Amino acid sequence: MDIFLQQILNGLVLGSIYALIALGYTMVYGIMGLINFAHGEIVMVGAMVTITVISTLMGAGVAVPGPLLVLIGLMVAIPACMLLGFTIERVAYRPLRNAPRLAPLITAIGLSIVLQQVAILIWGRNYIPFPPILTHETISFMGASITELQLMIIVLCLVIMGGLLLMVEKTKLGRAMRATSQNPAVAGLMGVNVNTVISATFMIGSGLGAVAGVMVATNYDQAHYYMGFLIGLKAFTAAVLGGIGNLGGAVAGGLLLGIIESLGAGYIGTLTGGFLGSHYQDIFAFMVLILVLIFRPSGLLGEKMADRA
Amino acid sequence: MAIANKLDANKKIGLYLAMGVVLAVLPILIGGAFGNSWVRTLDFALLYIMLALGLNMVVGFAGLLDLGFIAFYAVGAYGYALLSSPHFGIHLPFYITIPLGALIAAFFGVLLGAPVLRLKGDYLAIVTLGFGEIVRIFINNLNAPVNITNGPQGINLIDPVKVAGVSLGKPLEIAGYSINPVYLYYYFFLILTVLVVIMASRLQRSRIGRAWVALRENDIAAAAMGINIRNIKLLAFALGALSGGIAGGLFASFQGFISPESFGLLESIMILAMIVLGGMGNIPGVILGAVMLTLAPEFLRDVIGPVQMATFGRMIVDPENARMLLFGLAMVVMMLIRPEGVWPSKRRQAEFKDAKKG
Repeated sequence: MDIFLQQILNGLVLGSIYALIALGYTMVYGIMGLINFAHGEIVMVGAMVTITVISTLMGAGVAVPGPLLVLIGLMVAIPACMLLGFTIERVAYRPLRNAPRLAPLITAIGLSIVLQQVAILIWGRNYIPFPPILTHETISFMGASITELQLMIIVLCLVIMGGLLLMVEKTKLGRAMRATSQNPAVAGLMGVNVNTVISATFMIGSGLGAVAGVMVATNYDQAHYYMGFLIGLKAFTAAVLGGIGNLGGAVAGGLLLGIIESLGAGYIGTLTGGFLGSHYQDIFAFMVLILVLIFRPSGLLGEKMADRA
Repeated sequence: MAIANKLDANKKIGLYLAMGVVLAVLPILIGGAFGNSWVRTLDFALLYIMLALGLNMVVGFAGLLDLGFIAFYAVGAYGYALLSSPHFGIHLPFYITIPLGALIAAFFGVLLGAPVLRLKGDYLAIVTLGFGEIVRIFINNLNAPVNITNGPQGINLIDPVKVAGVSLGKPLEIAGYSINPVYLYYYFFLILTVLVVIMASRLQRSRIGRAWVALRENDIAAAAMGINIRNIKLLAFALGALSGGIAGGLFASFQGFISPESFGLLESIMILAMIVLGGMGNIPGVILGAVMLTLAPEFLRDVIGPVQMATFGRMIVDPENARMLLFGLAMVVMMLIRPEGVWPSKRRQAEFKDAKKG
């Protein structure tokens, strides 16, 4: 039973990060019907930039508490990623808005390769350790344990997601976003500047991606030029699981996927009599993806969209 | 009229003959001028042509976006490797293992296709991507508790193809001359590539090929015209996988060694890029794309290093890094300026023109 609770807790940490990234996918998909394949790389850039800023400050002898250093790092990484997201949309997606759908998919894949290679140029091919500035105090909870840091990740994710939902529901930009996702042409006729809304969507998603990237890096204590690929794919799975285009769905899907993955990795050994081990962890996301798309392509909370091509 | 047709036919035969002669002497010229490693690259170009033509049946003809195609290549390669290597101590001849590997790959094609019949476009792309990753994860981990694939270490000492008692893996001695294996494999691959090209172009013009195009253009209309959408989709997946499986078996025999590393997502993307950049749906375009993307990296490898040494006096960007960077940029730029590919089919060119107008 302890293992069960422990895996649920681990799953929640992982899941809240997936959810944060999934929001980026789902917002872009909801508005443009496009999978932003380069989103995972934005997550990676966010982590890398933050680590660089922190290391530079520490190297310069700035003595401030760890959490503040991370905050300063984020203050650089978030705008940097927002700018990156904005640029990607302008350069690679906007010119292809009316092209057949394969074209933006290919530019997205091309971009993600470019971003990875640029990351190699700047940060190299090796794992980059996250500076040891955050304490890893553990809290015991009914026989399971969770670090303060992980608890903070969960809380922060929930706060950010709540803020985003509020923004989409209550603000003028949020209303413009909803209108554009309903029907861009009509939204344009009603005075919504569709291009601005799309740019804003990309920037918000990229900013969230940057935060998520830092969370991943702190959780695993490292970052890597290739880290964005797998986590991006899993976050996309989470978005599909929840119903792509649906913000609440992305959150639910992310948390659920995180839990499925942790439980799966924790129990696959016992379930298969030791034939398959926890190194099959990555398989669960893809299995879930395939099963959801077969049995409920609209996701848990979405509308029917399987025909979207 | 009849005379004109006959003339055309004669011209065609002449053209084919000329192409045959060029392809036959090509490795001798290239090998003589640049060395045997370039002949090896030619061998790989032929392998990639077979692979790209297989994927083209699925994506180019039937319009089913597949990002996990490398899985079938992997299945073919492992099928061959397990049946002709010391790993299990089985050594079957190639005319059994290659077809068998291809059939298993085709079975995997149906296995993938059946559950995703309803999906299209991006959704299908993502699911096939996931399928490819699942296959790779299994290959990577099926070494314990029962060792099937030998895990990340891969399988070594795979038997080369033996044709009529002659092993293609050893230099062949004829009248005092020794012919390097890369030449032997070139001619062997060339014959099979020609067969795959013929199969693909026959298929394209057949009832099945037309049904695929109908499916790609408008599946609802196609179904209304009496096309069995389910069967025709499964056939596309199966035949595409079959070609992929053949190429995989040949790859295993040619290399003598395979490991999960050769079957990652990037390889799938590379093959997709070949058909997209070359000209999707158009067989000559796909061949051109495969040749371009096989030769360009080798060429860049030879150029990028020396150019940097000459201009900066040291290496700033390592060639592998620069190669991938250029590859990614090429994909983006190509889509922006010529999304239909270098050598598109006439129909697709027209489609892209329409899309630009509207």
